[in-house]
Amino acid sequence: MKHIDAATHTRGESQYIDDVPQPEGMLHAAVFGSPIAHGRLLTIDLDKAREVPGVRTILTADDIPGENQVGALIADEMLLAESTVHFVGEPIALVLAETPATAHKAAQMISVETEALPVITDPRVAFEKGEIIGATRTFVLGDVDQAWKDCDVVVEGSCEIAGQEHLYLETQRARAVPREDGCLQIYASTQSPYAVQKGVARILGLPHHKVEVDVKRLGGGFGGKEDQATHWACLAALGAQITGKAIELVLPRHQDMVMTGKRHPYSSDYKIGLKQDGKIVAYEARHYQNAGAAADLSPAILERTLFHSTNAYFIPNVRAFAASCRTNLPPNTAFRGFGGPQGMFVIESAITKAAETLEVTREEIQLKNLLQDHDIFPYGQQVHDANIRRTWQEAEKSFKLKNLQKRIREFNDNHFEKKKGFAIMPICFGISFTATFLNQAGALVHVYTDGSVSVSTGGVEMGQGLITNLAKIAATAFGIDEARVKVETTNTTRVANMSPSAASATTDLNGNATLAAASEILQRLKSFAVKELNLSHPERLTIEKETLLFEGKETGWTWQKLVQSAYFNRVDLSAHGFYATPGVWFNKDKEKGHPFAYHVFGTAAFEVTVDCLRGTYEIDKTKIVHDLGRPMNELIDRGQIEGGLAQGLGWMTLEELKFDDQGRYLSNSLASYKVPDVFFMPDDLEIKLLENVNNTWGPYGTKAVGEPPLMYGIGVFFALQDAMRAFRPEMPLTFDTPMTPEKVLMQLHRDEIEGFKTDSDVMADHQEQPVKETE
Amino acid sequence: MPEPLHFILNDKEYETTLPGGTLVLDFLRLHARFCGTKEGCKEGDCGACMVLVGELDGDTIHYKPITSCLMPIGEMHGKHLVTIEGLNQQNLTPVQQAIVDAGGSQCGFCTPGIVVSLTGYLLQRGPSFDDVAVKYALGGNLCRCTGYASLKRACTEVAHRFEHNGDDHTTRSGIDHLRKLIEWQMAPPYFESIPSRLQALAAANPTNGQQIDGPLIAGGTDIYVQRGAQLPNTEVRILGRDSGMKTIEVHEGDIHVGALTTFEEFATHPEIQKCIPGIVSYNLYNASWQIRNRATLGGNIVNASPIGDMTALLLALESELLLQRQGQTRTVAMRDFFKGYKKLDLQSGEILTEIRFAKPDRDTLVHFEKVSKRKTLDIASVNSAIRIRCKAGSIVETALTMGGVAPIPLLMKNTNDFLTGKPVCSETVRGAIAVALSEVSPINDIRGSAEYKTLLVRQLLIAHFSTLFPKQITVREFYETH
Ligand SMILES: Cc1cc2nc3c(=O)[nH]c(=O)nc-3n(C[C@H](O)[C@H](O)[C@H](O)COP(=O)(O)OP(=O)(O)OC[C@H]3O[C@@H](n4cnc5c(N)ncnc54)[C@H](O)[C@@H]3O)c2cc1C
Ligand code: FES
Ligand code: FES
Repeated sequence: MKHIDAATHTRGESQYIDDVPQPEGMLHAAVFGSPIAHGRLLTIDLDKAREVPGVRTILTADDIPGENQVGALIADEMLLAESTVHFVGEPIALVLAETPATAHKAAQMISVETEALPVITDPRVAFEKGEIIGATRTFVLGDVDQAWKDCDVVVEGSCEIAGQEHLYLETQRARAVPREDGCLQIYASTQSPYAVQKGVARILGLPHHKVEVDVKRLGGGFGGKEDQATHWACLAALGAQITGKAIELVLPRHQDMVMTGKRHPYSSDYKIGLKQDGKIVAYEARHYQNAGAAADLSPAILERTLFHSTNAYFIPNVRAFAASCRTNLPPNTAFRGFGGPQGMFVIESAITKAAETLEVTREEIQLKNLLQDHDIFPYGQQVHDANIRRTWQEAEKSFKLKNLQKRIREFNDNHFEKKKGFAIMPICFGISFTATFLNQAGALVHVYTDGSVSVSTGGVEMGQGLITNLAKIAATAFGIDEARVKVETTNTTRVANMSPSAASATTDLNGNATLAAASEILQRLKSFAVKELNLSHPERLTIEKETLLFEGKETGWTWQKLVQSAYFNRVDLSAHGFYATPGVWFNKDKEKGHPFAYHVFGTAAFEVTVDCLRGTYEIDKTKIVHDLGRPMNELIDRGQIEGGLAQGLGWMTLEELKFDDQGRYLSNSLASYKVPDVFFMPDDLEIKLLENVNNTWGPYGTKAVGEPPLMYGIGVFFALQDAMRAFRPEMPLTFDTPMTPEKVLMQLHRDEIEGFKTDSDVMADHQEQPVKETE
Repeated sequence: MPEPLHFILNDKEYETTLPGGTLVLDFLRLHARFCGTKEGCKEGDCGACMVLVGELDGDTIHYKPITSCLMPIGEMHGKHLVTIEGLNQQNLTPVQQAIVDAGGSQCGFCTPGIVVSLTGYLLQRGPSFDDVAVKYALGGNLCRCTGYASLKRACTEVAHRFEHNGDDHTTRSGIDHLRKLIEWQMAPPYFESIPSRLQALAAANPTNGQQIDGPLIAGGTDIYVQRGAQLPNTEVRILGRDSGMKTIEVHEGDIHVGALTTFEEFATHPEIQKCIPGIVSYNLYNASWQIRNRATLGGNIVNASPIGDMTALLLALESELLLQRQGQTRTVAMRDFFKGYKKLDLQSGEILTEIRFAKPDRDTLVHFEKVSKRKTLDIASVNSAIRIRCKAGSIVETALTMGGVAPIPLLMKNTNDFLTGKPVCSETVRGAIAVALSEVSPINDIRGSAEYKTLLVRQLLIAHFSTLFPKQITVREFYETH
């Protein structure tokens, strides 16, 4: 089934918040953010800005009627700064004006007096200073301290893992419209309508029911609108409440980049011990997460780093420690993978280093240690349906990886400055929110008398194909044509208390809730029909292709007739369904439990070519075998795999966040922050789905697909390193991401660099040049 | 009070008195409320704002995809502006259908821009999508959701469908081509009437030739990135509305290039391809097709960025610049034009009208190298061009330039002097590297560390010579110790 919205998307008719016709008298908002990364806020001068024609009013923290707080997990983040600012871009004032241009012009005329405080950008420095958010966490399995002595080799080292800009093409935005009796309607580009509802209610001091949040679709989210869409919706709501006018707030790209958090950079240490034969005996990791200036979702993300700290491997002795460190960067937040990718990068680095020491290939160690059924993760859960070996073997076989490697070796023997590299990346990703209570969902299903169906759930459509999946699930459940089903906007008045659309679990949870609602209606319809048809055993009735069957034989009733007759006989054609993932739990005191309903597995192989003269490279081939369970909608699922992969590849290669030591974000535009473009992605990309796999947890045996494929991208780092080693075998291995062409060249030609001295005097002459070369 | 602007917006004649500097994107979204055109960056980097601009050429018309976020509305006068809404027909067009079928749209925010780019490609070149063509066509569109694989499949599908539909790969412009696309439902039927309607529009609204006093806009692809907040409320002087400055001519061994020549026009011109055989491939790494449709050579030079790509190339060709003000013309050698960081030998009100360089002779080779983080649609960390004339195995004359290593686009004077008269061999290159390193002064910035750029100076010198003289010089020789 094709994406339901695809046709209107291609026609430019799909509406995003600011495409919808504007309410009468709507005002536009612009945010003034802190110019410094840390300091006391002494005065705010709004006079000049107020004089700009077209400006209606300017709001600051003093104007907030409720609680000035947007911290979701920990109450440590204000909507508008009061006495202190903690990162560059932290919102201080909100300008409301007749046009967006006026609002932005006025915002630029606001000035503040500040008293600078020390700026921390490095998580290890923050850790040493005790700037730790929440509790540090340690997962333990076996006894690493005892195990080191059983190892034939022990290697250790560290990794610097960069963050990542979400770069959803639609920047953050919201529109707030005042309704009668002090109510507000909020149209937000959010993955978490309930978080927006709660946030607005808290800021304005209203009960939740006075705030209605409605979400049609997002122009991309990727985690960046899970928690951080709330701020902008709250600001719009604040403006609406105070002015009585509709307010629209759209962040320009540059502000979106400066003001919002990103994937967390991590600084991590590893120590790994192995037997001579490559069996991993013990692994220790210490993760210092750069959380930015406030908690946001960092503690939850930290936890997932630990959950995935051994990736797809079984290691009997593990100690993984993680601390969330407060720095003066924008509060970092959810991003596809949610901390998992960082944990996986570190174990992959450790394996690479170990392979070097043992003088074997990475793949030998990887393969030897892949999970098998009933192995135990450091968090106590046993792995079931461990398909990881199957995906690996399938990849080796279908893609003839041995041949591929042989051809790579031949290529390298025959070329001097061009070198090819190879790597395999197995992944294992746990599905469920690790905060157990979030694994619940509601759905509201109506059947109308013409037989058409309306489905509302708590899930948000952000391109991932959720509404298409839901339509398919409902249509399959009812046995009717997909065209009869409409999936509605996500609205807090139709489904309450929804969990965010995240953790890859949106289709699982909301699909199962939809199924629950549909089966309730079906039950009522069938009980009614058996009576009318003078039959017994309602469970022997089925609907196929819109026809009511009894024990497989036609009853003469169509879906339409069934629905209509039921209506005239006063059968309720609406139902609310609820789903809570069974069997998941986690005990934080013991750091043990069964946090995941199931795991997703897969294996990717990469071939790259590095131009060792210029430091540039190309990804030639990506070959993937992925475990989707029993896919319900291959077109959409493949799209998720391809898109996730692209983000993973970008994260490992081009996407470089640059902050200076004063916490100023330098790569603050698309001109300086580079994401994969059409040239960058490999033409030779093959994805095979693992066949004959079951999954009891997803609707109709499907498996979640949103996040796991991103982590395939990690493999490209090691493939590039492999190619570089072919040019310069003695090159020391370092694990700093992303592997930009700059890093490639600098690592390949360290000797040459030593050869020249940069003339510091000449350089000083030009230091005045602006940092941002727009060109 | 400037004259009102007259153009055709999709299927309607349109008149506006908005200041000419207003961005087409703002005009569409805020004034005309054609909201299929999206804003993703306002810097030309994402393509969400893509529109087609059709320009009369005799009695036919040429369409180009252009980022509306960097284009002033004043530019639309007398032209056909097409948004996604103007491409829609009752049924999905083959491009739209193929994207739907291939799963090429997820969140949908990039999708209208992608449809516009692909349709623009069809209008220019027909449905001959192969791997290379797809990338060319989508080079200026970012999609964060799909990873492009499904979009590539969609294009392949379009190509397949129309290969069997009588596309002989030749009719690519002119009214016949347009008719064929209309017949294939790639463009709506009203397109056929546009040329005559534009002619009628021009006849009904003769311009009074009055020139607006305001900032000069050539392609707008630099100035709107830098001053996008201020210009939109002002009148601007749109150079493209003055006549001329767009031709490429050969005069007695000299090539004269109008300053308004776009990157794309330059690189696809047969004379230029003869002079600079690699130009098509170099150009692929300059911006994107969509930006190259607007970016002018003159703008690249006057913008004076130390890493302008065409600037590096034209400097190596030892170009001369013709500058004009109120009928007065003077000529400056390009090597003397750059005085300091963004300081030029250009007086206020002076316009660069033409760039001239000597046609390279048979013994002369020209090559261009660029290294950027992302290979395509990215600004160079370091770029470099070389023009080198050799006879009997030794260098007679050379002009090597480097960008990104000094406050100005740098003609490597000492290195050139060193190279002159030397034999073509790795020893010479080694010597040249030493001289070059003493000539550059790169700084740390967003495009790389000073050390990296210094290293690139060496690498690109080796790259030039090993590419131009593969028989005499190999990269291996520079890594004996490996
Ligand atoms: C997304 C993107 C990617 C880019 N990639 C590249 C790239 O890869 N390589 C590269 O070199 N550049 C790149 N650029 C920069 C830009 O496209 C080029 O510098 C281009 O050549 C500028 O030309 P323009 O006609 O658009 O200049 P404008 O923006 O119109 O003008 C630039 C400046 O020059 C002045 N000016 C222009 N023409 C004249 C004239 N004839 N006489 C006097 N003054 C004049 C203007 O007043 C203005 O101050 C990119 C830009 C964007 C937006
Ligand atoms: S808005 Fe991104 S290119 Fe115009
Ligand atoms: S579909 Fe979302 S950016 Fe392309």
